[in-house]
Amino acid sequence: MAKSSLLNPLKVARFLLGKPKTTCYPFTPKEPALRYRGFHLNDWDTCTGCGNCAEICPNDAIEMIEIAELESVPGMKNERPRLDYGRCCFCGLCVDICPPGSLRLSRDYFHIHFDTGTFVFTPRDDKTDEEKFVPDETYSVLKASLSHRKRNYEGFSSDLDYALFEPERVPMPELPPRERKLSFVEQVIGYSKEEAVHEAARCLGCGLCEDACPAHMKISDYILAVYNDEPEESLRKIYEDNPIPAICGRLCMKHCEDACALRLRGEPVAIRWLKRFVSDSIRDYKTVLEQAPGQPTGKKVGVVGAGPGGLSVAYFLRLMGHEVVVFDELEGGGGMIRVGPPRYRLPLASIDKDVDYIASLGVDFRFNTRVGKDVSFEGLRQEFDAVYLGVGLTKSRSTGVENSEKCGLALDFLRRNKTDRPTAVTKEIVVIGGGNVAMDVAREALRLQQIQHPGEKTVTRMVSLEDWDEMPATSEEVEEAREEGIEFNPAWGPKKVLLDDGGNIKGLLCMKVKSVFDDEGRFAPTFREGEEMVLEGTMVIEAIGQGPDFSFVPEGEFEKMEFTAMRKVSVDEDGMTSLPGVFAGGDIVNINLDAVTAIADAKIASEGIHRWMQSK
Amino acid sequence: MRELELYFGPQHMGMVGNFSITLKVEGDRILEATANPGYLHRGFEKLMEGRSWIKNFPMVCRINLLDPDHMEMAYAMGVEKLAGIEVPERAQFVRSIYLELARVSSHLFGLWAYANMLGFDTVSNWAMYHRDLVLDLFEELTGGRVYHIYVWPGGVRRDFPDGFTDRVVETLHSIGGCVPDYDTTFFNNKLFSERARGVGVISREEALAMGGVGQVIRATGMKYDVRKVDPYAAYDRVPWEVHTRDDGDAYSRICVVRDEMIESVHMIFNLIDAMPEGDVYNRVPNPLKWKIPAGEAYVRCESSRGELGLYLVSDGGEEPYRVHFRTPSYAHGLAILEKTLVGANIADVGNIMMSMYVVAPEIDR
Repeated sequence: MAKSSLLNPLKVARFLLGKPKTTCYPFTPKEPALRYRGFHLNDWDTCTGCGNCAEICPNDAIEMIEIAELESVPGMKNERPRLDYGRCCFCGLCVDICPPGSLRLSRDYFHIHFDTGTFVFTPRDDKTDEEKFVPDETYSVLKASLSHRKRNYEGFSSDLDYALFEPERVPMPELPPRERKLSFVEQVIGYSKEEAVHEAARCLGCGLCEDACPAHMKISDYILAVYNDEPEESLRKIYEDNPIPAICGRLCMKHCEDACALRLRGEPVAIRWLKRFVSDSIRDYKTVLEQAPGQPTGKKVGVVGAGPGGLSVAYFLRLMGHEVVVFDELEGGGGMIRVGPPRYRLPLASIDKDVDYIASLGVDFRFNTRVGKDVSFEGLRQEFDAVYLGVGLTKSRSTGVENSEKCGLALDFLRRNKTDRPTAVTKEIVVIGGGNVAMDVAREALRLQQIQHPGEKTVTRMVSLEDWDEMPATSEEVEEAREEGIEFNPAWGPKKVLLDDGGNIKGLLCMKVKSVFDDEGRFAPTFREGEEMVLEGTMVIEAIGQGPDFSFVPEGEFEKMEFTAMRKVSVDEDGMTSLPGVFAGGDIVNINLDAVTAIADAKIASEGIHRWMQSK
Repeated sequence: MRELELYFGPQHMGMVGNFSITLKVEGDRILEATANPGYLHRGFEKLMEGRSWIKNFPMVCRINLLDPDHMEMAYAMGVEKLAGIEVPERAQFVRSIYLELARVSSHLFGLWAYANMLGFDTVSNWAMYHRDLVLDLFEELTGGRVYHIYVWPGGVRRDFPDGFTDRVVETLHSIGGCVPDYDTTFFNNKLFSERARGVGVISREEALAMGGVGQVIRATGMKYDVRKVDPYAAYDRVPWEVHTRDDGDAYSRICVVRDEMIESVHMIFNLIDAMPEGDVYNRVPNPLKWKIPAGEAYVRCESSRGELGLYLVSDGGEEPYRVHFRTPSYAHGLAILEKTLVGANIADVGNIMMSMYVVAPEIDR
């Protein structure tokens, strides 16, 4: 160091003449950094009310409060976070965990008030609260507070790369399209234990899914059990609300995943596949569930149809101690689930696993027994204290176009393919329809073509009234069908089935669709005049929807049955139809037309049946 | 002459209210000193046992407000060791740069306290101003000025913003340009050096026996620095020196601090040059149900005041089973301070204490 002198330090006196380095706030304003962690902003339009911010807050500064003016819909609760700035430490963990990224921090940090109550604050942002967020020209730092803040003053905000949740799901191993279209082997392979635990770890446990699930399954709980490597506990949680996990784990319409908080900026938790993992990983339900029928009540219930609704109603009532007999015309349980979904989506063994468990509780299944033919509906009503109708939609609809009687019908086709003698298919097939059943038909037809005409050129064509964006089939079904090489013709409607001289099908004449629905959203297709094309094919299968078959109900009784405007069976809050003691649920009652809603109906009806029988 | 018991703090001109020393004096000379910690005990270590792994992350920094970043680093390293989390290479560089900025900011704060204690108000104001410039950098990088909450398990919380390294270099150059002024006014100023030389002397053996680390032992000529002996982050990727002095007195200690600050600045420049591209964060499992395998870990890093250790035990649950910090001020502020005060003048109590840069929150936790 330089030789010191007592006068040396006086050199710094030169700074007295310079410009001061310090700034005089607020006269010389200083802008906070772009990542500043100040007061919260919350976009109420994208906030789902999932409450993960409150869950992660290290100081319990966040509380979810109900907002009366907001409506709760599946996937979006009417709750929003409220901050207590007496507790908040501005760490921003709430921002990094926020699945939709609606919660952010701003660059505002002034709030001076004599009323401590004002420090408890429900944040919104400048988009939805123009009053509190003022433009630069009217903003004054002297008035700055939680109710006088700058517009466009976002600070620390969410970044998906640094989010505390995993936006991508563990990929489900599947057979590649080239391989899977050659057989009926199950396409989805299923998670391994490690994959399942990994996927279960993604769930934040907010429970948005549970509100969206028609059966209100305890999804967070059973996923947590998978994460904790306790599939047995998980199965017990599932069985509280859903007695057919192997079936639902494969083809549930997963309303839950559509509501998952992670869907907004990533992929939802694979809830359905986790349920499937649980049911697959437990060989014997009985030893795990340790359920026994309740004390015998001496009451008997007859269930028509062994589909998801019938199975569920039987399960719930049997646990209450009632005697249950289930009638179904098929050779096994599952109802339309047994007929419809192809084996590559739902192997029969999976259906039987669920059905066998319910049978093991003492439910009496009478298969190959058609109500209305082998036993009479009136006989059932006399024999049983209550009757449940879970008959589903069993009648394929036809387009009714010229020569349509020559076409195959979806359900007949699918049902036959489940037997030892599947349908003999031709090399060129046209499938009419754009729903999930149509996809099943087309993809089964494609597989049968590959098996029956190996090495030959085959074509499977689909034609649907709906365009790509309005097709009722799920996007994954459409995607998988395209991967397998099915040719799509969206926005074309059938006009006439063309026949050759021998009366055999040679093609389908189609017209271009103008619109499918009218202004009020009702189904009323219109077509463009003159725009036509021919789809060549030697086999046409119609898969345009199914309707109920009430032929088993005697005419006099049928007249007494009430129907809604949507032509659904009208039931009260207990699930009872207008016929006393006759309850109903599933596709003949609800408009969702899926298994899990049938289970939800069955739950309500089983409670209703129980109450009704007790009161008798 | 009559002996007198004198209370130095907690309310005293040279003490900020969170620590006190009871002195037994004879005239102006101290016969015995007893440090009284506990005014700032917040029970952090116990508190952490009841909070999830992620919820502890915004809290550890609060143990020591002057050097929060090394607390974050120790916690992140502990969790990473227990959970077996890899940290991306770029994040290691970002961490090193960040921690060296923290060292500069913390040393400037220490310089403020020390100079202020001895009445060098000009220097203390400069130090505070320059620290503020570093805090501006922290604000830009992390969104916070004092509690940065930035180094978390798996890496760091955000990458450098665009042009950040340029501003780091610019700021450090402007602070470095003032080193000659600091030297003239403070370090080489006889008014200061005469007061600090030969005061609070401790030998290397004594210091080591009482758990001395950091500047306290480097001022006795021992080249001991965790960044060298047990390198973490990116400290072994760039060349740098450990600075020492030999006299073991207050003057040596503050000069080590001065040299270290300059070394940190050079190291930051080297780190910036060598920094690779890439990710800065390996995502940790869902923090709301994060369980860490059972086990125990001891990790250490060189905080601004010396070796900072963390002993972390997990019983396989969602919260730590036991957390214990080994903080440098615990040794410096209790045992070594009590020892070095004996024989000193009353006027030098603050002088000796601040030369060891005792931070009471670290003692109490």
